[in-house]
Amino acid sequence: MTDRKSETAPPVIEVKNIIKHYGSVIALSGVSMKVSQGEVLCLLGDNGAGKSTLIKTLSGVVRPSGGDFLVEGKPVAFNSPRDALDAGIATVYQDLAMIPLMSITRNFFMGREPVKGIPPFRRVDFKYCSEVTREEMHKIGIDIRDPNQAVGTLSGGERQCVAIARAVYFGAKVLILDEPTSALGVAQTSMVLKYIHQVQQKGLGVIFITHNVRHAFAVGNRFTVLNRGKTLGTFDKSEISLEELQNLMAGGKELQVISHELGGTI
Amino acid sequence: MAPIEQKIGDASNSDERIKQVGFLTHMMRRPELGAVAGLILVVAFFFLTADRSMFSLSGLMTILAPASQLGILAIAAALLMIGGEFDLSIGSMVAFAGLIFGAALTNFGQPLWIAILITMLLAAAMGAVNGQIVIRTRLPSFIVTLAFLFILRGLTLVGLKWATGGSTQLRGIGEVVSDGPLKGLFSGVAFQDLFSWLAANGLIEKFDNGVPKVTGVPVSVVWFIAIAGLATWVLLRTRIGNWVFAAGGDPNAARNSGGPVDRVKTGLFALTACAAALVAIITVLDAGSTDARRGFQKEFEAIIAAVIGGCLLTGGYGSAIGAFFGAIIFGLVSIGLTYTKFDSDWFQVFLGSMLLLAVLFNNFIRRKVTGER
Ligand SMILES: Nc1ncnc2c1ncn2[C@@H]1O[C@H](COP(=O)(O)OP(=O)(O)OP(=O)(O)O)[C@@H](O)[C@H]1O
Ligand SMILES: [Mg+2]
Repeated sequence: MTDRKSETAPPVIEVKNIIKHYGSVIALSGVSMKVSQGEVLCLLGDNGAGKSTLIKTLSGVVRPSGGDFLVEGKPVAFNSPRDALDAGIATVYQDLAMIPLMSITRNFFMGREPVKGIPPFRRVDFKYCSEVTREEMHKIGIDIRDPNQAVGTLSGGERQCVAIARAVYFGAKVLILDEPTSALGVAQTSMVLKYIHQVQQKGLGVIFITHNVRHAFAVGNRFTVLNRGKTLGTFDKSEISLEELQNLMAGGKELQVISHELGGTI
Repeated sequence: MAPIEQKIGDASNSDERIKQVGFLTHMMRRPELGAVAGLILVVAFFFLTADRSMFSLSGLMTILAPASQLGILAIAAALLMIGGEFDLSIGSMVAFAGLIFGAALTNFGQPLWIAILITMLLAAAMGAVNGQIVIRTRLPSFIVTLAFLFILRGLTLVGLKWATGGSTQLRGIGEVVSDGPLKGLFSGVAFQDLFSWLAANGLIEKFDNGVPKVTGVPVSVVWFIAIAGLATWVLLRTRIGNWVFAAGGDPNAARNSGGPVDRVKTGLFALTACAAALVAIITVLDAGSTDARRGFQKEFEAIIAAVIGGCLLTGGYGSAIGAFFGAIIFGLVSIGLTYTKFDSDWFQVFLGSMLLLAVLFNNFIRRKVTGER
């Protein structure tokens, strides 16, 4: 997984003209995007632009009403989050990733517990689980003294990191992160961003959703901007500046005025 | 506070804020801690106030017999609570299962094994229906099973009158069941040989004719201990156990991680109903009859025992062994007061206080465990 594939390999995920209706509400009206191995694609857009809806279709939570969805060049249709996981698409949600009352180890292996022993006495190998958890967390620089401690005792950033580490460990090809930094402080944000970079270096494709253009610019290779359920455009990092991207996201002029009043920074 | 230069991504530099996990923290994390502490307190109380005969072998059995019947229900209720749901219909289910079991034996003249099978299957089906309604409607299980509390109790009354031609008690069950190994599994006492041997060797008390005063362990106690052991093992060591905690802790997160939340919950409802059926079979066989008041208010007692055992009302946390101790505390207090000079009507006051204490304690522990403030 670590060596990069040649340019000709198909993108890990590609969607073309994807459409999603909720009854009469049109959440997505023809969105196209793709992400390749070893690339961070940032998905930007204002509130209600359809970012979450798009990633929900990618992660098997909702089914698209129309359009093409290709994984490694082959069309797919997911019926459940499990299908997406099995296809190597792992999604990290802001709040819905971890169970606070359960231990780090139990969360890490949730749904994919390694078992030992013959059927009636088949049990989870928690000793091995704890070792792996400790090791994987160590790799990303979080030293957990006790893998049996409840996830609720971890900070928001650490929780995000456990969720990401879990996805990587279980062989995800694409990692989808829905606003992973929205509730985090400066240090924790840099921890998560650094880790996203690390995951990219491993050769995974990353889809990173954020409202913060600075965070996007820090780790992204390409930026896809959504607006009202449509793709406004996709830009390489070399093609666009931070300011231009910011304006595009908010749809122009209004923001400049406000931004001026705030002393030019948001 | 940690200074700014705290290195991010440097694992060799261990975080000084994490204290070494001590023995105490380790114990605090066990949900059954409160129940064990409570048990010690209650035993100490009776040791000081009660007649010595309470702590004799026969005294112990008189306490354990009702405690074990409640305990079987409490362990199932605890599993369901950990899975994030309640079942208020278990008490009525005991009565309903008793009716089905009794009617299958007497009115339909079925052999014991068929009666047991039918009772268990029907209970499991009813439990699964409860579960499916809760899952599909997303209504709180509290209200759905409250409806079944009345539905099942009413059905039992109607059914009993139909089966007996107007009475609310179905008799003659003892006469139609012949002795055999299957009956031995569900009624009477176990380890009789061992107890006779112990008596013969003067290790336990016996009557003048050599028969031990306590002839064996009631089968319900054996079931109780076996179920507690099995439930604990499943909860702590198996994948299903992991999913039970997850389903109660955060069903959405569990689903997103690929856990089969709905199947686990449905299974737990079916299991709870089967536990009620088991208690029905044991008590009906022992009494030789069944009536409409069987299992009355047992749903509350079972939930109280589970809470005393460390289960959180919000789900996702608790233990089966805690419910085991919770049921024993229950038995100790309800029977134990008769061995003291206190009026046994103090029982309910005692119980309510225990419950309140347990809930406060559990809340405190939950905050400790999750670091929630
Ligand atoms: N389950 C639903 N039923 C009806 N409409 C929905 C549903 N989910 C989303 N929508 C609508 O679809 C549109 C896109 O929503 P979505 O959550 O994808 O936006 P978003 O880009 O993630 O916004 P934010 O940045 O605020 O998270 C919104 O107008 C929303 O109201
Ligand atoms: Mg969103």
